[in-house]
Amino acid sequence: MSVNDVQSALAEEGYVADARLAMALHLAETLGRPLLLEGPAGVGKTEVAKAMAAVHETKLIRLQCYEGLDASHAIYEWNYQRQLLAIRASEAQGGLAEAALFGEDYLLKRPLLEAITQEQPPVLLIDEIDRADEEFEAYLLEVLSDFQITIPEVGTVEAVTRPMVILTANGTRELSDALRRRCLYAYVEYPDRETELAILRTRMPEMEGLLARQIVGVVQDLRREELEKAPGVAEMLDWAAALAGLGVNDLAQSPEAVQATLVCLLKTAADYDAAPREVMDRLIGKVA
Amino acid sequence: MQVTRFPSRAEGLADRMAGFMAHLRMNGLPVGVAETGDALAALAAVEATDVDQAREALCVLLSGDAESWRKFDDLFDAYWFNAGKQRQGTAKNVHVKVQAARPLLWQTHFGESAEDGVEGGTESSEDAFAPDAGDGEAEGTDGRLIATRTDNLSRRDLRELMDEDSLRRAEAAAVRIARVIRDRRSRRRKQALRGQQLDMRRIQRASLARGGEPMELHRRARPPRPMQIVALCDVSGSMTVYARVFLAFLKGLVSSETRTDAYLFHTRLMRVTDAMRDHDTLRAASRLSLMAEGFGGGTDISGSLERFLNGYGARALNGRTVVIILSDGYCTSDPEALGAALAKLKKKARRIVWLNPLKGWRDYAPVAASMQAALPYLDAHLPANTLEALGALEREFARL
Repeated sequence: MSVNDVQSALAEEGYVADARLAMALHLAETLGRPLLLEGPAGVGKTEVAKAMAAVHETKLIRLQCYEGLDASHAIYEWNYQRQLLAIRASEAQGGLAEAALFGEDYLLKRPLLEAITQEQPPVLLIDEIDRADEEFEAYLLEVLSDFQITIPEVGTVEAVTRPMVILTANGTRELSDALRRRCLYAYVEYPDRETELAILRTRMPEMEGLLARQIVGVVQDLRREELEKAPGVAEMLDWAAALAGLGVNDLAQSPEAVQATLVCLLKTAADYDAAPREVMDRLIGKVA
Repeated sequence: MQVTRFPSRAEGLADRMAGFMAHLRMNGLPVGVAETGDALAALAAVEATDVDQAREALCVLLSGDAESWRKFDDLFDAYWFNAGKQRQGTAKNVHVKVQAARPLLWQTHFGESAEDGVEGGTESSEDAFAPDAGDGEAEGTDGRLIATRTDNLSRRDLRELMDEDSLRRAEAAAVRIARVIRDRRSRRRKQALRGQQLDMRRIQRASLARGGEPMELHRRARPPRPMQIVALCDVSGSMTVYARVFLAFLKGLVSSETRTDAYLFHTRLMRVTDAMRDHDTLRAASRLSLMAEGFGGGTDISGSLERFLNGYGARALNGRTVVIILSDGYCTSDPEALGAALAKLKKKARRIVWLNPLKGWRDYAPVAASMQAALPYLDAHLPANTLEALGALEREFARL
């Protein structure tokens, strides 16, 4: 599979990737290295993983990171309740071998262990890795380099297949150099006008050309305004869906609908103040 | 684009790739020996003869963060396409000299490049032979060294501002300050392996799985929450007198164990953390002088802060950051803009401290419009005109 194949396969799944992102995904597959994606919120970092899973027709295993994430949520945990029940039940029949208590049946697989024990290599998405603690990041390094997990009671579980690993981060915390070195890296920017139009066309093919151009134009200009949270691609798609749902055909003709649907684009009170009606009228006037 | 001519001793792709790695390393990308092999493997996985594919593959592999991601294209061109040399106007002069001898009729078609040829003629003939001499390093000709040689007359050389013994005291004061704000602990207790307290809630929860027997003892402790420092130092004309002390102060902050990010600004903003952390003092000094182009000019505090917030801010700032601004507050920009920039900064950082060399003066009052606009957002506005004043800051910072 060459780079262009990756790009066109992604396009078929409704994901428009630029050349560099496609290259990153291609290398991540051929070199078997994890891929670290950074970029502002809402540019489609998580979507990449979903699209890749769809391309390979495989499972997407997702590990959402948060502060305080620990091994029992990320790797594995013993199902104590079941073990206790088994012991109680077996007491009547005269005991149970200890080894049986620590078997597959009583092991709760969490995302990391699940990902390396799949028959068909899945896509493992480790979302917002910068939210997890530094200790977890260090542990993750070990898993990502050897693809094996040690469970004291059972032994070392070697990876059956190597999952394709995609990590995303958006700058909550500085990641360690060790992790950055181990990963391929791609910075996902806001798409330019043509790319964003292509994204909108792929996702909502029934939308009219004029409205699509207007929507993309307004969102592109809005990102250049001084906003606290610039609207991402996801917000743009939400807005487009909202406008389409209201039956709008031309933004300039229906300013009320625009004002009413701004909730999809602007997510803080300060941004509402920064984009009053006059500003929106000006932006729409520019693209109309 | 002109392709770089490599010295004759550089045989094959592996050798050139090693040179490229050295070039990247020199420009601050954290690439090691292993990456050279990886890069060759990556090129094998793509159509390496296609420049765009090779460029993208190497960029994906070698850049580790957003900053290097953005500058990779330039570095790539500088090494493989002689862009460093082209900027000097020497590379094309070789044939331009021939063109300059053509009849006048053709002159207009060659335009300004013909004029370059007259000036740069001697230099180019010298450079044209350099790559094949064999002993010269390929990366030596990429423009960096040449740029230092020609331009440093117009710049203020920070070397003379750095190498005095008395500056050590400023550095020591900075180290003390950094130490004072480093050792902080969280107020909340969190799960810990070796903690002072038993974590009763967790013990009970875990005991449920074992029929109510508290088998596992969980503990809690107050985790360390070290503060970080972001220092923004004004190096404009009005601050020249203090520059040497403040640079030493910055160096002290950066070389302490606390995580520190240092920036210089005048009308532009540049990150100098890596240059300051350089153990080779001479190289650090020349890197600084290269960066502080325009050192000693006007000031644009709000613009620089704005650029900091939009660029580095997302990574450098969090709820545990102390922002130290070293400036006299005289700036050409709109005071309201300064207020707005500080308001934004205040939202993202824990504390803002303004160290003002003028404040130590006897009759100083912050009447300058920009200082007036800034004051409401500052957690502290402290004097910093002498070494003693810098030394006394330690107590103030302990209170923050």
